[in-house]
Amino acid sequence: MSERLSILKTYKLYVGGKFPRSESGRVYEVTDSKGNWLANAPLASRKDARDAVTAARKAFGGWSGATAYNRGQILYRIAEMLEGRRDQFAAEVASAEGLSASKAVALVNTAIDRWVWYAGWSDKIAQIAGSANPVAGPYFNLSTPEPTGVVALIAPQDSSFLGLISVLAPAIVTGNTTVVVAAERAPLPALSLAEVLATSDLPGGVVNILSGRTPELATPLAAHQDVNAIDLAGADPALATDLETAAADNLKRVVRPHPVDWRTDPGTDRLLSFLETKTVWHPMGV
Amino acid sequence: MPVFEYAPAPESRAVVDIAPSYGLFIDGEFREAGDGKFFKTLSPSSEEVLSEVAQANAEDVDRAVKAARKAFESWSALPGAERAKYLFRIARIIQERSRELAVLESLDNGKPIRESRDADLPLVAAHFFYYAGWADKLAYAGYGADPKPLGVAGQVIPWNFPLLMLAWKIAPALATGNTVVLKPAETTPLSALFFADICRRAGLPKGVVNIVTGDGSTGAELVAHPGIDKVAFTGSTEVGKAIARTVAGTKKKVTLELGGKAANIVFDDAPIDQAVEGIISGIFFNQGHVCCAGSRLLVQESVQDELLDALKRRMRTLRVGDPLDKNTDIGAINSAEQLARIRELADAGEAEGAERWAPECELPSSGYWFAPTLFTGVTQAHRIAREEIFGPVLSVLTFRTPDEAVAKANNTPYGLSAGIWTEKGSRILSMASKLRAGVIWSNTFNKFDPASPFGGYKESGYGREGGRHGLEAYLNV
Amino acid sequence: MPTTVPAYGKEAAERLASMADVTATDSALRRFLHGLPGVDAVGLQARAATLGTRSIKTTAKAYAIDLAISMIDLTTLEGADTPGKVRALCAKGINPDPTDRTVPEVAAICVYGDMVATAKEALRGSGLQVAAVATAFPSGRAALPVKLADTRDAVAAGADEIDMVIDRGAFLSGRYLEVFEEIRHVKEACVRPDGSAAHLKVIFETGELQTYDNVRRASWLAMLAGADFIKTSTGKVSVNATPPVTLVLLEAVRDFRAATGVQVGVKPAGGIRTSKDAIKYLVMVNETLGEEWLTADWFRFGASSLLNDLLMQRQKLSTGRYSGPDYVTVD
Repeated sequence: MSERLSILKTYKLYVGGKFPRSESGRVYEVTDSKGNWLANAPLASRKDARDAVTAARKAFGGWSGATAYNRGQILYRIAEMLEGRRDQFAAEVASAEGLSASKAVALVNTAIDRWVWYAGWSDKIAQIAGSANPVAGPYFNLSTPEPTGVVALIAPQDSSFLGLISVLAPAIVTGNTTVVVAAERAPLPALSLAEVLATSDLPGGVVNILSGRTPELATPLAAHQDVNAIDLAGADPALATDLETAAADNLKRVVRPHPVDWRTDPGTDRLLSFLETKTVWHPMGV
Repeated sequence: MPVFEYAPAPESRAVVDIAPSYGLFIDGEFREAGDGKFFKTLSPSSEEVLSEVAQANAEDVDRAVKAARKAFESWSALPGAERAKYLFRIARIIQERSRELAVLESLDNGKPIRESRDADLPLVAAHFFYYAGWADKLAYAGYGADPKPLGVAGQVIPWNFPLLMLAWKIAPALATGNTVVLKPAETTPLSALFFADICRRAGLPKGVVNIVTGDGSTGAELVAHPGIDKVAFTGSTEVGKAIARTVAGTKKKVTLELGGKAANIVFDDAPIDQAVEGIISGIFFNQGHVCCAGSRLLVQESVQDELLDALKRRMRTLRVGDPLDKNTDIGAINSAEQLARIRELADAGEAEGAERWAPECELPSSGYWFAPTLFTGVTQAHRIAREEIFGPVLSVLTFRTPDEAVAKANNTPYGLSAGIWTEKGSRILSMASKLRAGVIWSNTFNKFDPASPFGGYKESGYGREGGRHGLEAYLNV
Repeated sequence: MPTTVPAYGKEAAERLASMADVTATDSALRRFLHGLPGVDAVGLQARAATLGTRSIKTTAKAYAIDLAISMIDLTTLEGADTPGKVRALCAKGINPDPTDRTVPEVAAICVYGDMVATAKEALRGSGLQVAAVATAFPSGRAALPVKLADTRDAVAAGADEIDMVIDRGAFLSGRYLEVFEEIRHVKEACVRPDGSAAHLKVIFETGELQTYDNVRRASWLAMLAGADFIKTSTGKVSVNATPPVTLVLLEAVRDFRAATGVQVGVKPAGGIRTSKDAIKYLVMVNETLGEEWLTADWFRFGASSLLNDLLMQRQKLSTGRYSGPDYVTVD
């Protein structure tokens, strides 16, 4: 009995809740750590980046306006879906990162657990990041965090799934919408994650995922006037400097790249990076 | 006498003794600039030269940064409670000398003594008191069990609230264990130099606070200096962007508190008399030299006529003139350069078809003055609705529905502040959540407090000053 | 803006008649009063406090002191009042400082109704008015016929001005039309046989109304009913005139004139004891209403001890040295 011929997957971008091919129609070859061909990934263009920003902006009002409880529920639902696809992600991570099956499984487990951890933050972050301010006058004064807006995420190159989730989950759980530039040489876990997101209750446009050449996608995103923040986790030092310089044009909030062991407790840094503190005053009188 | 004319009520100048020249304050000593250059600082209400101040160059900045670096070791190692005591001392000395400092501030900046006396100085002292108390409580601030200072902070401040902006910068920096090199604005350096003297009186260790005076080039040297770990800037969005580019690729932490074009939104059910006061204070406080000024009045069409009548009536009672007169409401524009910018934008408003109105108002013959001005018939497309004027010029726009108000209010690259006037509680909360701005004043405007975080969204900058949030800017988190 | 007419003239009644639709029924009046713009207490207090920081010096101070003296309703409202006490007060009102004849006389002497005849006699030949409190002052707790009789008695005895109190109970329980009608009836009772009328001041007792919204509503209600003056307080409760409450009254008369053309006066009363306080009120009038209200025809202080402080300040200004209580008369 001959071995069954497997069905290969055509990987696509994820933009506005849909799975388009690259606007340019181009693809690039993705290989495993040993150089064996794994798949063709879409080679997204600057126009795809532009479309992704448009989709993210469109989704921002609804997602940031959803209740924190609702966002937490949706993120938890995503974790449930990830759990069901653990094997697939483990296999993709193993081949992408050249890891043993057991190590890949451990990373995927950590990633899913981390997603759950972040999901729980949705209705708690305001309580630790906000404050009631005792001003010297008859005023009610309250500071609360709000999402920054559209965040570009240059996903870590060294951790195709755990690293990705570690930058994505904290950005969206607080109400931001995102454009993700997947790890250039290991984009497949990210593109597969899109399939999970699409079948969860996450509104289209909250997460948009692009694969392709990091500088080609990150550069227009860093310069885009309708992007409010950028996480440079996956940018090398020279590129990161260029991107940060471009980001200054509309004063994007910038998270600079720094060495991270993605397996360790992430703390609240990334959650807090894409929040704006809003302070509301009101007189207290009869 | 037929009418109730207020006789001049000038605050005495004798309370402040301004030296003919000032050096740089580096490592606890006043010293001349390396190349011996000075620049003049004027009283904008009379164009009188108040003093000559050293122009710091790159070497001077380097010397100041090195002094701050040297001081950092021992300052950051002090127990928080000891740092607190220095800050409490500073706060007390400021209170004791507050009248002197208020007069100085009004002389150098042009703001009315009523404001420097009743707003600036009390807030300056309060800010030092507030952060003094944090110095030994940082472990409880929510930034980890043992948050660390960053090192040397390079701080560049504007001319609109010279001493208050200094307080906003220096108090949290010192409380968290950083040392600072601060550059005051070119046109208002004096109160920072007096503050240097206060640091000496308080026994603050040498090098913890260094003041380098100069123009924009001094600020640029400071921001670019490789020896600083933190940049804190308050000023224009344009310079803020340049700073963000300068620090790209470095490890310097940055906070920017930049421009604004705040919408002050008045609904037809507003408490109208208080709304008028809020509009007045929103745009004419400090001659409109306020980044969070309510420079765009968005008024609901159904109440437009009534509100504008009341606003004009109120504007007629504004008293423009001698900043040292205790009855002055609006003082001098800070500089000839700023006056030219205000005039240019106001002229553009007229040229673009908006209707200009100002109360009859006699302006002094010397000094820099601009009458409180109102533009009606302004649309979102006008320059005076988009660009920060930073002067006593109000642009009036209208709206019909709450959604339209939100859309117009948010339709700006800025996002520093906004005002809402309505007696309906749920509408306030809904509007407050939809406005993309860092400070929302509802049924009030231009209120400040050291416990209340201040800072912007979008191109109004990032980071917060004030409150627990203000500590983050100076900690390694 | 309609042309201005004084509240006590005939034209004013016609102007008010044109507002009859808002006072036609209890519900119409309620809708109108509750449709007035709200008052934000904190903002109001802040504005009053800022006006209180005006620095009135030298010539301006001299002007303000004399103006304040000329606006005083010099008041005695004690159970222990006697004709002798009232006569002494009248003498003081005519000639506040026996050592200085340039001091202006006060505006009026304010007494209980039974002292009107005494005061009228003592003031004969002076320009001072006699004001009588009426309508079961200070509580206002009596039947309407009693209040009207109280008013008619005072007018018949020669009162030039009647200071009535509103029924705060009716106001606070929302019976606005009842309060409105009561003021109208008292206004009618102010009419003398010759057709002239005593001027009517309507006291709200703002300390009992509690909120500034109530004070604004009471102000409009009283003006619609024909008040010639609106007045804060009786001086008989713990909270009397304050700068913010007076500011609400000033804003109300300003807005009422803008709406109807009818000019109404304002009288803060109770608790104003120092020149500094009085000058703050004058600044408030000046910057809220302007010079048209800066006369005793349109602004009064209900006070007793204020006068001596004004006199001492006046002496200080003219001599350059501080005066003392032994250099002013105690009556």
